[in-house]
Parts: sequence; C-alpha cells; structure tokens
Amino acid sequence: MKDQIRPALTMVLLLTVLTGLTYPLTVTGLAQVFFPDQANGSLILREGKVVGSRLIGQYFDKPEYFWSRPSATAPFPYNAAASGGSNLGPTNPVLIDAVKTRVAALRTADPGNALPIPVDLVTASGSGLDPHISPAAALYQAKRVARARGLDENSVLTLVSKHTEGRQFGLLGEPRVNVLMLNLALDALTAEPVSR
Amino acid sequence: MTANGLVQIALFFGVLIALVKPLGWYMARVHEGKSCGLDRVLGPVERSLYRICGIRSNEEMTWKTYAVAMLLFNGFGLLALYLLQRIQGVLPLNPQAFGAVAPDLAFNTAASFTTNTNWQAYGGESTMSYLTQMMGLTVQNFVSAATGIAILVAFIRGLARRSSQTIGNFWVDLVRSTLYILLPLATIVALLLVGQGAVQTFDAYHTARFAQPVHYEKPVTDGTGQTSFDEHGKPKMEPAIEHHQILAVGPASSQVAIKHLGTNGGGFFSVNAAHPFESPTPFTDFLLILAETLLAASLTYTFGVMVGDTRQGWTILTAMLAVLLVFMLGGYLAESDGNPRIATLGADHTPSDIQPGGNMEGKETRFGIARSVIFAAATTATSTGAVDSMHDSFTPLGGLVPLFLMQFGEVILGGVGSGLYGMLVFAIIAVFIAGLMVGRTPEYLGKKIEPYEMKMASLLILIMPIVVLGLTAVASVTTAGTASILNPGPHGLSEILYAYTSQGNNNGSAFGGLNANTVFYNTTGGLAMLASRFWLAVPTLALAGALARKTSAPTGSGTLPTHTPLFVVLLIGVVLLVGGLTFVPVLALGPIVEHVLMMS
Repeated sequence: MKDQIRPALTMVLLLTVLTGLTYPLTVTGLAQVFFPDQANGSLILREGKVVGSRLIGQYFDKPEYFWSRPSATAPFPYNAAASGGSNLGPTNPVLIDAVKTRVAALRTADPGNALPIPVDLVTASGSGLDPHISPAAALYQAKRVARARGLDENSVLTLVSKHTEGRQFGLLGEPRVNVLMLNLALDALTAEPVSR
Repeated sequence: MTANGLVQIALFFGVLIALVKPLGWYMARVHEGKSCGLDRVLGPVERSLYRICGIRSNEEMTWKTYAVAMLLFNGFGLLALYLLQRIQGVLPLNPQAFGAVAPDLAFNTAASFTTNTNWQAYGGESTMSYLTQMMGLTVQNFVSAATGIAILVAFIRGLARRSSQTIGNFWVDLVRSTLYILLPLATIVALLLVGQGAVQTFDAYHTARFAQPVHYEKPVTDGTGQTSFDEHGKPKMEPAIEHHQILAVGPASSQVAIKHLGTNGGGFFSVNAAHPFESPTPFTDFLLILAETLLAASLTYTFGVMVGDTRQGWTILTAMLAVLLVFMLGGYLAESDGNPRIATLGADHTPSDIQPGGNMEGKETRFGIARSVIFAAATTATSTGAVDSMHDSFTPLGGLVPLFLMQFGEVILGGVGSGLYGMLVFAIIAVFIAGLMVGRTPEYLGKKIEPYEMKMASLLILIMPIVVLGLTAVASVTTAGTASILNPGPHGLSEILYAYTSQGNNNGSAFGGLNANTVFYNTTGGLAMLASRFWLAVPTLALAGALARKTSAPTGSGTLPTHTPLFVVLLIGVVLLVGGLTFVPVLALGPIVEHVLMMS
C-alpha cells in the first residue's frame, strides 16, 4: 500500500504534464500552422471586422432574409456563448404550441405559399446554432425573399443552389444550405450597383 | 428510412470491422511488452516516467497490489481535478474570467471524469476555463481510458495464465496504453477534426456583429438582479435587442478527439458533438463515431491474441455488434417515422433528397436522422455518452434505444477496457448457465468456474441495477428529485431514469431537460458514478487474481466450446435476459407508456 503512494502521486503529475500540456499544445501548434482559418473558428471578415462564422448560424426573421431553424439558446436565439437544445419531449404541449406558432409565422409571412413546410424549419436544432437548413426549407422561402427584395425568383433560386452542399463524399449526412452565407450573398447582390 | 441511411449504417460497421484486426494486433503487442514500432521513438519517455516515479517496471503485482495502485492513482486524480476547478479563477488560461466551480458541481465533475463517465451538469463554454478543460478534463479523458485498458489486460492475463500469483504491473499497463495507443491516435483524430473546421485556439471568444439584430423578450429584473414576477407568478418580460454574437472558441479539438477515443464523452461545449465547432461536418460525425467504437471493438481481438485463440475474440465481438445493429435499426425506424403530433400541424416530415424529414427536434441539419441515430446508438452501446443530437427530444421508442443499450451494463462494446471485462463476466455467467443445463462443471478458456468466481460475477451484475433503480426510486418520490423535471407525464420518469442509468453505467449522456445541477443530483449522481466504476473494478481484479491462480482444466467431451455461433446466441441471450428482466418494468412506465400516449 505505502510503496504505491509515491508512484501514484508522481504519475498523476507527470501524466498531467504529458496529456494536459504537451499534447494540447502540440495539437494547437500543428493546427495553427496547417489549418489557421479552421482552427480559429472559420470567421467571416468584412472590412476587417468579424461578422460571423461560416459554421455558426444567426437568427433571421425579416421577410427579405432566409430564416434559419428555430434556436432554443438562452436568453436570445443563436447565442453562441451558451449552446443548447430545447430538450422538449415529443409529447410536451410546450413543443406542440411552439411548432404551431412557427407554422403560423411562416404562413403569415407568405400567405399564398402552398408548398408543404419542411419539418426542419419548425423544429429547434440540437445546438441552437445550426448554420444550415434543408434545401426544401430554402425553396419554401425563395418566393418570399424574392418578393421582399424586388428580385426575380430565378436569381434567388440560382443563389440558393450555389449555396447548397450535397452529402459529403456523395454519401455522408444530408444536403443543406448555409443560411448566413446565403443571406450575406443576397445582401451583396442587392447592394451591387446596377451595371449598364 | 432511406437507402442512403442504411448505406451510412453499413459503412460504419464495415470500416469498424476492417480496423479491428490491425489495431487489436497492435494493442496486443503493446501489452505483451513487445516492440510495437512507436517504442523506438517514445521508449525513452516511457523509461524516464518509470525512473522518476520509482517504478520497477519488471516487477509484477498480485491482484491486491494492482487494485491498490489503481485506486490510489484514480483517487489522487480525482482530488487534483476537484482542486483545479475550485481554484481556476486565479489560474492562467482563463480568458473569459470564469470563477471557481461550486463545490457540489466540482465533486460531481471530478467523479464524472475520473470514472470515464463524463456526465456534465455544467455547460463547458460558460463554466470551465481553458486550463481546466486541458489540464483537468483532458487528462482524465486519457488516464481513465488507460485505467480501463489496464484492468482489462490484467483480467485477460488472469484468464491466459496458469498457476500464477500475479496479473501484471498497473503502472506499466497505464503508461503503455497512454503513450502507445491513446496519444498517437488522439493526435491524428484531433488534426483531422481541425482540418474540417473544429476549433483549436487559445484566443478569447470572438465578437461578431449580427447580420440582422435579434429582437427578443427578456425577464425584467429589479435593482438587486432578481427576476420580477407578475400577479400570475410568471416572470415579467420586456423587449430587448442584441446586436452581437459572442462566438465561444477554445482548444476544443484536442479534447474532442480523446473524449471519443477514450469513450469518455464530455463535450468541450455544452451541446457536445452537436456543436459545429466540435463536429462541423458529416465526416467528423462519422470519424467521432468510429473513434468511440474503435478501441472497444479492437480490444476483443487483443483479447483473442492474448489468450491464444482469436476465435474467442471474434465470438464476443459478433455478439456485441449483433445487438448494436438491431438497436440501431430500431432507433432509425422510430426517428424516421417522426412525431405524429407535429405532422398534424402542417409540418412535412417525409424524407427526400432535399430534406431529412423525420423527428428533427434537437437534431442538426447536416446530420439528419440517420447520422443522429447511428451516433445515439454508438454513444450508448459504448460508454461514451457524447451526443450529436438531443436524446430528450427523441420519439419515445427512439429514446428507449440509448436508454436500454446502457442498461445492459455497458457491455455492448462498452467503455474502453471496461466494456470487454464486463462482457467477459457475462461470458462466465453464460458458461455457468449452460453448465447447469447439462450438469457439468462450467469452464471458460480452460478455467474451472467455481463458487468464488460465481460470487464475484454475481456481484458484478447486481451492483449496477441496485444503484440505478434505487436512486431512480428515491428521486421519483422526493421533491428534490422531481423538481428538476422539464417534461411532464411519463417522460419525466424517463428523464430521471436516464440520469441514473447514464451515471450508474459510466456513460454520461443525458436527457438534458432534467436540471441536473442541483446539490441532490450532483451528490447522488457523483456517488453512483464512483460506485459503478470502482465497486465493479475491484471484484473484477479479484476475479482476475482467482483465475490466474488456477491450473488448466483439460478440454473434455462435455466442455462447451466458446467460439461457436451457438455461444454467440447464448451470450446475447444472457445479456438480454439479465438487462431485460431488470429494466423492462420501469421502461414500461416511461418510454413505452409515452409511446402509447403519443400514438393515441
């Protein structure tokens, strides 16, 4: 018993240095050399200022923007300093009411739209920071966005398909559209001076 | 269910099985003390560790000394992690200036990470400094996994050796697992993660300007910071506007890599692998699932090599993977079908090439249904407990899958090391039951199974259900327990059951709606985690010691061969029977009742 105390104490200390300092510092060093953009958060810079991350969604509820998925982070949606899901169970009345409200909001913003509402657009993501919506959810909103911006629907659809990613390696995960990147591209499109 | 989803499931099993033999062979070399290639580079580090600690690496230990060394090492580790959390406020690498972690939460977290559970009653990005994440949590991710492997190889030596008093040297097993297996693999996985977009930086959190400012309602507070309430007892709300998004970053990838390889599961961020900075792409999701199953699966081959019959290892692995496949498919079916109560509100949940469909509450778009379910099954079949989707929002039967997989005692792959030693105990019980049927003395791998072995084995399968069901019962009937529930009805019971199942099996995943950061849950949960890890580890080592002392029983015509399809069936039968008989009644009151309610 007694002769194991010294090895136990020293070993805790040495393995802490090895796995708690040497290892993360080595990985950080290599990451910062080989993948500096990714390692620092895939930041989007405009005029030297951070306007977001390509990997973290933002909240949109104006008709001229594509809306992201509902977010359950507190105290406001898409709070990237405190990720979180709703954790509401499938039979919880709070969940059912929330979905009802979201369906109503989408229908009010676009009364003539007869397309079915994709389920991902009315359910909160796991992280509360989901940067993506499904292509179906983007198509559902294209007409509204075009109308609100005075654009022709086809140019909006072209932009959507430009921001649509397929399954990774054609196999993994699901097809998706990055909402923030799409909306920033829309803003850039509208801000561009009309040529000719 | 879609064809693509089934192909993604098949791909996971295919790649995993293909890696079992090479990695299992490599780990056998490491633990038989043979040259493994990496020792040419890291050999000096290994030898200087022994020298500084005063360890004579060629001296073997009896099971008692082995257990003492293991307990002391983990005890000091627990203490160090507790202290680090308590004083993080005055230590460096704390750019967000987080204060000391509360005593009950610090105890729960220290118990959680030293027991390879990684239950988290805190949100990483809002509680822990970079230093605590690295020098506390990451360290335990490594050494708790290495401890699991050490106990396993000691147990295998017990089975493999004849008339031996010793079962190896704990320090050597610990150091070699860490240096030659965990560190190199973690470095590779971490860099693959960063390449895809996972963060690895010591910068403070970034501030971004929202493209569209967020209007929301926030609770009104009075002068002292207390929330004000209206006459109905509801908090008063006022409109607020937020212009900035704080992007939490940190040295995440290095920790994420080992939390999966070591079946730990504790996320750097609150939502774990659902967070885009932990798992940014479907490929990283695939990689993390592979990482968390890789060592547990490959160790079955290591076991085969070390007992001199690789068929024995494949038999165990077949039983594990068969159960996992069935549960994974069941979960996939339940989640694909979606939530009928939401479908009637006008949400379309039919899967297609342009939308995932199904039950998307709590799931990420990039993962969809298939990846979320593969993850949920793999993370609970192994004792990882990381999540890429919120299990609390799964359909009742979809949520039953992870719950039930844990309740088998984390032996369907299970924790690194601990899963296989748990499963070998079930193998001993299986030969015992088969022996009773034909009236012969049971044997496993040439070792006679006698009353002492059966006593230890019975202890090993009885402790967990007593801890889990006992604490669930207490929490269900006390205000301290029920006050934390988020979801009403039978789902509330499922939340409590999940919490103690997870902690009582060292898994660490949660039905996250339950508010677990209370003195009651932190304390009872912490004790459950310590009991199920160390109270099981000691009898396992005792069993190893007893088996090592035995001579070999010659194989006779009445010996049950343990490498046949028949034994696979027998082993699965025993695991399902023990788990099922113990937990089906309480599952009927939770998820099963909720399913019936949801469909009615």
